[in-house]
Amino acid sequence: MFPTPIERTSRSWQVTYQALLPLALILWLLPLIAVAIFSVKPDADFANANYWGWPSSFEGFTNYALVFTGSDMPQYLLNSFKITIPTVIGAVALSCMTGFALGIYKFKANIWLFFMFVAGNFVPFQILMVPVRDLTLQMGLYNTITGLVLFHIAFQTGFCTLFMRNFIRALPFELIEAARVEGIAEWKIFWYVVLPLMKPAIAALSVLIFTFIWNDYFWAVVLTQGVESQPVTAGITSFNAQYRAAYHLMSAGSIVAALPPVAMFFLMQRHFIAGLTLGAVK
Amino acid sequence: MAQASVTETRQSSWWHRNQQQLTPWLFLAPGILFFLFYVIFPIFQSFNLSLYEWDGLGQAEFVGLYNYDELYYDDAFYTSLKNNVIWLLLYLLAIPAGLFIALFLNQTVTGIRLYKSLFFFPFVISQVVVGLVFTWFYDPTFGILNVLLGAVGLPPMNVLGDENWVTVGIIVAGLWPQTAYCMILYLTGLNAVDPEQIEAGRLDGAKGWRMLWYIIVPQLRPATFIAFVVTIIGALRSFDLISVMTNGGPFGASRVLSFYMFEVALSEYGFRMGYGAAIAVVLFLIMLAFIAYFLWSMYKEERAR
Repeated sequence: MFPTPIERTSRSWQVTYQALLPLALILWLLPLIAVAIFSVKPDADFANANYWGWPSSFEGFTNYALVFTGSDMPQYLLNSFKITIPTVIGAVALSCMTGFALGIYKFKANIWLFFMFVAGNFVPFQILMVPVRDLTLQMGLYNTITGLVLFHIAFQTGFCTLFMRNFIRALPFELIEAARVEGIAEWKIFWYVVLPLMKPAIAALSVLIFTFIWNDYFWAVVLTQGVESQPVTAGITSFNAQYRAAYHLMSAGSIVAALPPVAMFFLMQRHFIAGLTLGAVK
Repeated sequence: MAQASVTETRQSSWWHRNQQQLTPWLFLAPGILFFLFYVIFPIFQSFNLSLYEWDGLGQAEFVGLYNYDELYYDDAFYTSLKNNVIWLLLYLLAIPAGLFIALFLNQTVTGIRLYKSLFFFPFVISQVVVGLVFTWFYDPTFGILNVLLGAVGLPPMNVLGDENWVTVGIIVAGLWPQTAYCMILYLTGLNAVDPEQIEAGRLDGAKGWRMLWYIIVPQLRPATFIAFVVTIIGALRSFDLISVMTNGGPFGASRVLSFYMFEVALSEYGFRMGYGAAIAVVLFLIMLAFIAYFLWSMYKEERAR
């Protein structure tokens, strides 16, 4: 293990390390801690220029209640879920299939199709912006959740295919060969042999895509524009316009907007990290 | 009756013989169609569109390379390009910073798991929120940055209002989540480092920096590769932070290509789709150089297996 395990170092460094850890953490998360404190402050603190001091009274409930009752925040949150969940299901389902095809079968176009997905996943959004917006308009899906979801599914399929294909490549191929010797149909091999083994990959991709899509801002701005369809990342900017200079409310709103992916991360941490390393670092 | 069963067997045996050739294409079809429709074709459409003058509604007018000619004389384009280079270079700092934090946290004291995940926190949060938080951090009237500067006797500064500092200020905000990402990559990588090599190194008297550089870093190659890929792509995709923190200002000083393109094509500055597409093409070509390199590395590794 590198660096030298702390148990094997001098007593004084051990004590320093134990003290350094929480200090470093507080410093690292200072911006978030500030927002959390802002969000429970009363309005008066900001008027009296008590920005960074302790809240003069605890107004957490009032502030958060106002976010939910006095603004369009609940609608934006609902939209975000309506966009994120179908996208996760769609992209993971499509990439289970593409990943299976590219991971198991040997044919000439295999590597080129794989590279098409990988390369497409890396292109700048702007090169797609005008045509995709135009396409969505022509299909009558501009400013609808469906329009946004369809594009997200297609785009995320690139990354998901990269991930799934690498995962399937690492599975023991003998399993598939044994199934073929038994005369099992190919689609049954997918359904009964490979898919059950893909559970960890499916979990990892699901949390990762959930976070990516929840936090998407660019496409939300390009393909939607109103309360009826915009997700919370875009909604927070109009929320902030509504409560300009009401820092306690803006903070509370931001925390509410950021919470679902944070919760997801903490619940499924192990899978999340496996996903981030693209399955390449074991 | 007999006839039907004969064709059925023939059909099934035809399917049977070609099953292994056909199955992958059936599995690929929906994914490929979706991807072609929404990702691959639009790239070519953008190339084509960059040769037109189009407001998004009326008739598009073919203008040849005029958009690129205009780009050549556009100062805002060069500001954006310069800022893109600054983004690329400074964003790479996330990699050593992430490695440093990972080394700091690679211990087995109690509660370290929680520490690791809390350090990772910034990456999970939307960039829109990160941008908002850092805007307050830099705020000239109450921002904590000026409080700190005042404490060490320096004059206050308005980072986001200063043409020379604004891009750096936004990049610092971006480095926060990106460092967290690189940290987690390296933490996973450090788990896989071969303990025997470390012991062997220790016996040979390698310590500290030498050990890190000659024994640990080479073994972290896969993690470093992914960190490079995601950091470069992230730097060239920067949009959310700029949009939230400065909206390209002051006087367009914090624009990058991705933001400038959006501004030209879809904002109050006018709906110049063709000109926007031309900017996007330039950005795409820059990215393409990196994508080609990534694919080439993957291809080599693929062959070596």
